[in-house]
Amino acid sequence: MIKKLAKFIGQYKLDTLLTPLFVAAESVLEVLIPFKMADLIDLGIEAENINYVVKVGVILLCYAMLALACGALSGFFAARSSSGYAKNLREELYNKIQDYSFSNVDKFSTSSLVTRLTTDVSNVQNAFQMIIRIAVRAPIILITAMIMAFRVNHSLALVFVCVIPFLAVGLYFISTRAHPIFEKVFRTYDKLNNVVQENIRGIRVVKSFVREDHEIEKFENVSDSIYKNFSKAERLIAFNSPLMQLCVYTCILLISWFGAKMVVAGSLTTGQIMSMFTYVMQILMSLMMISMILVMLVISKASAERVIEVLDEESEIHNSANPVFDVKDGAVRFDNVNFSYAKDMNKLCLKNINLDIKSGETVGIIGGTGSAKSTLVQLIPRLYDVTDGAIYVGGVDVRDYDIETLRNNVAMVLQKNVLFSGTIKENLRWGDADATNEDIQRVCKLAQADDFIQNFPDKYDTFIEQGGANVSGGQRQRLCIARALLKKPKILILDDSTSAVDTKTDALLRKAFREEIPETTKFIIAQRISSVQDADKIIILDDGNISAVGTHDELLQTSDIYREVYYSQQKPVVAE
Amino acid sequence: MKPRMNGSGERLSKNEMLKTAKRLLNYVVVPYKKQFLVVIVCILISALAGVASSLFLQVLIDDYIAPLIGMENPVFTGLLKAILLMALIYLTGTLATLFYNRIMVTIAQGVLKKIRDDMFIGMQKLPVKYFDTHTYGDIMSRYTNDTDSLRQMISQSIPQTFSSLITVISVFIAMLCTSIPLTVVVLVTVSIMLFIAKKVGGNSAKYFVEQQKDLGKVNGYIEEMMNGQKVVKVFCHEEESKKNFADINNELCQSATKANIFANILMPIMGNIGYLQYILIAIAGGALAISGKSGILALTVGGIASFLQLSRNFNNPISQISQQMNFIVMSLAGAKRIFNLMDEKPEADDGYVTLVNAEIDSNGEIKETDHHTGTWAWKHPHKNDGTVTYTKLNGDVKFFDVDFGYSDDKIVLHNIDIYARPGEKIALVGATGAGKTTITNLINRFYDLQDGKIRYDDININKIKKSDLRRSMGIVLQDTNLFTGTIMENIRYGRLDATDEEVYAAAKLANADGFIRMLPDGYNTLITGNGEGLSQGQRQLLSIARAAVADPPVMILDEATSSIDTRTEKIVQEGMDSLMRGRTVFVIAHRLSTIQNADVIMVLENGRIIERGNHEKLIAEKGKYYQLYTGAFELS
Repeated sequence: MIKKLAKFIGQYKLDTLLTPLFVAAESVLEVLIPFKMADLIDLGIEAENINYVVKVGVILLCYAMLALACGALSGFFAARSSSGYAKNLREELYNKIQDYSFSNVDKFSTSSLVTRLTTDVSNVQNAFQMIIRIAVRAPIILITAMIMAFRVNHSLALVFVCVIPFLAVGLYFISTRAHPIFEKVFRTYDKLNNVVQENIRGIRVVKSFVREDHEIEKFENVSDSIYKNFSKAERLIAFNSPLMQLCVYTCILLISWFGAKMVVAGSLTTGQIMSMFTYVMQILMSLMMISMILVMLVISKASAERVIEVLDEESEIHNSANPVFDVKDGAVRFDNVNFSYAKDMNKLCLKNINLDIKSGETVGIIGGTGSAKSTLVQLIPRLYDVTDGAIYVGGVDVRDYDIETLRNNVAMVLQKNVLFSGTIKENLRWGDADATNEDIQRVCKLAQADDFIQNFPDKYDTFIEQGGANVSGGQRQRLCIARALLKKPKILILDDSTSAVDTKTDALLRKAFREEIPETTKFIIAQRISSVQDADKIIILDDGNISAVGTHDELLQTSDIYREVYYSQQKPVVAE
Repeated sequence: MKPRMNGSGERLSKNEMLKTAKRLLNYVVVPYKKQFLVVIVCILISALAGVASSLFLQVLIDDYIAPLIGMENPVFTGLLKAILLMALIYLTGTLATLFYNRIMVTIAQGVLKKIRDDMFIGMQKLPVKYFDTHTYGDIMSRYTNDTDSLRQMISQSIPQTFSSLITVISVFIAMLCTSIPLTVVVLVTVSIMLFIAKKVGGNSAKYFVEQQKDLGKVNGYIEEMMNGQKVVKVFCHEEESKKNFADINNELCQSATKANIFANILMPIMGNIGYLQYILIAIAGGALAISGKSGILALTVGGIASFLQLSRNFNNPISQISQQMNFIVMSLAGAKRIFNLMDEKPEADDGYVTLVNAEIDSNGEIKETDHHTGTWAWKHPHKNDGTVTYTKLNGDVKFFDVDFGYSDDKIVLHNIDIYARPGEKIALVGATGAGKTTITNLINRFYDLQDGKIRYDDININKIKKSDLRRSMGIVLQDTNLFTGTIMENIRYGRLDATDEEVYAAAKLANADGFIRMLPDGYNTLITGNGEGLSQGQRQLLSIARAAVADPPVMILDEATSSIDTRTEKIVQEGMDSLMRGRTVFVIAHRLSTIQNADVIMVLENGRIIERGNHEKLIAEKGKYYQLYTGAFELS
């Protein structure tokens, strides 16, 4: 895991290397100061040698200044390397997701991808900064202070050897006990947030069913469980600082007792006893720090794992070795196609599909919810690969095309379509980055969007809010169609893309398709029979099977389902 | 510590801060008076033990070490006694720390639970309007960020600041007693330290705001692109998307680096100035001790040693206080937002007419019962003569000249008159924003009228208790909201005491039974994230089942079948029609085919009813409805 994550240090190698170096230098200097201080007291003050005091004092001041410089520099490099690291990691994750296929995206939900790119990256970044700074500092201080303590006086330093294991065991015991409870608390917090979230979003449901008390009870139960567990964990953590105090005080008393005897006996000096006191703090504090680092690392490990999951996910759709860069025409052939999202022949969504569509035909697709209409058309631009069988576009297996070539020639308007924040023009240019203003207006006229765009004060420069929130559903759908048309595709697929458009505009749209782009093959998925009535072929899908294919008139004769849908939507004859 | 950003980053005025702090203190002190007193005493003991520890050095060196040096047979009984005494003080100090830490946990968690619960209970009483005018994220952050910073403040910042304050004061006194000149040295260096901290901290805060802004940009971009990921694929837009991201990501990296540099260098600078001070004291103290001055300049080696310790104990709490202050100010802003939510005016309800189950005996008299009979009555107590009358619930709804606006200056409904007789199906048709949903929101009193009157079974709805009014109507909204729990629990949300069989029956009626049984766990399938994994149509079927199980006298269907295919819709429609036979139904629908059989169709435009009548009548009138129906107009 560390190896995988270390890769993203990239161009910040130098900063990442310098940080622990300066941290180490600062830590060592901090340990040396009390050592030298002992000399100042013993040989200077005790010996009443003011020159010595000044001389050593100046040296010590230099040490402190140097430590300050090292500390500041380490902070500087740490900031550069950790921000840079986060940048690299975020970018790599983002790029990786851009290369995902539809099935990869389905596997992670959108919100989980967002969390991984935001919160999880920050957690990993914090852990990274901690590793190159505090995780270097604490052990170095611990070790060097121990060494210095032993140099000052072996026997006295044994005090540490006795007390450290006591503190270490205590801290270990507390954090291993408390940590699982904290994890539980955080999970309960998610639950609490979930209750609040659902409550706010569904407040009208809550109020109209008069379920306020039910909701309060739900909330209080979760809130209570947080209270109990959090208290339990915090009460354990509450032992930390008294334990620390106990150890510090024990050390001080032991050193005072034995040290005083040694000073009196002449084997220790006053200055040395004082430096020992400083080491008590340095050693025990760094031990405490280490225990904190360990807990923090365990917490961020979960984030690191989630990040790695994204990195390890491999896109399932790849360009073929010798890709074809030219799509001859818009003919489409399904040859014994079976498809399963789970790639399991026992869980097929599409069963034994055979279709032969000539270039330029208009194909309507009708079927109930869950009959796999969208799935069928998504196979054509190779958004998913077939599980079995093959699909040919322009006579070539879709898997043999260069993916970009294929998708540029097969334009798809998705059912769940989105516009992006930016002007209308910018949004439309997704279809063709080099489109002229005339090109754009032409496709908008075709998609019956020009009229309403002209009514906006800023016309084609109207700013679209994120997700297209400031245009109506029908307008959004027509903009999405225009965007797809700008690709000048050989095949155009509309997946329920005119559901919010009124019937009259819908008819105009189909007329425009017929007259303006007759050579383009058109697939139209719709709920309304009127949208597909005049198609060359209408396909009736039922539970992943093709139940019938034919023209409107043929199907009225042969297909029960078609007849039923048709009559359910038929208007009673309007008396003229 | 990095300065944390809260929701809006707003700062409170001093006055507001005091008021908020006082109110918060009420939450902490009033219910925990005794515990809080113990905490204060314990913090005092613990802090004093720390000071005693520093002073002990002087005694140790000057009284028990220096005099004994060079003695033939040094006697250590005095030292032993002193050490035992110190051990006692230390033990008391440690125990005091343990006590106050543990008591603080109880107080902090208890206060937080109380605040959390109060906030949620308060929120349940707020009118729907509040949720219209506050974004989801805004409300949510009070439960997450604001409560979390409050937790840190109560459990850490407050006791720490208090303990630091006591330590600073007592150490300062101890320093003065030990050596006045050295105290001056300490004061000078501490002021330098605070000055630098303010400079660096100020810069750090400035760049943090910038970083936060860039981070918001990056996160917003990520969210937008992840939502549109499939569109990116369809348009082969991956490379542009990568490039755009790289640009804003670079910007973030730059501001983050600046912000972090200042945050990172603060601690080492503060720490090392502490060392500089430490050394300066040693030099100055040494000079004083060697010069052998008397009076206030007198100093012993033990005195220097003690003072060195004291100076450390002086610096640490001061830098802690300066850090905590910033945090406390921000937490108080969060507390203010929490209190604001609690202070919102709850939904007013002075209704006194209640809804009861009823039986009608052979004489046609209405009797109140305590079990579900399928018949309901309004219980109407009359204040002046103390009598109670019962009116059968029929579902007769009348609007008399109703005007309404979400705010007073913008009226969205004008002169609305509606007569819905019991058992009728009333359809509302019109473009988005015409006021269809608003009308249904007035019937169940999500909002109150500006002018006019609504009568329900000839009772002014303002007299009916809101909860009973709402209980008398089922409502299915276009945006379905399901709750985390099993499908069974979600349907039962409509009526908590419904039996399993009743749930199945409701699901069958909504045509949801079929797909539910196809799910791996059937009715026990767990729904999470508002039913992710279910299609929008399936979610709508579930919310219809939920309303059906409530078996209400009046039903409001607001675009309830908009995502269901026409075949299924027809089946559901038939089920609903049979359930609601003899009861009143309001239907809002986009597809005109679903409302053709309505008794009355009302066409709304800009908040006015422009046409009314049944299908045949409206078609014959050749007005707006006719145009909509023949497709000459677009509903959007």
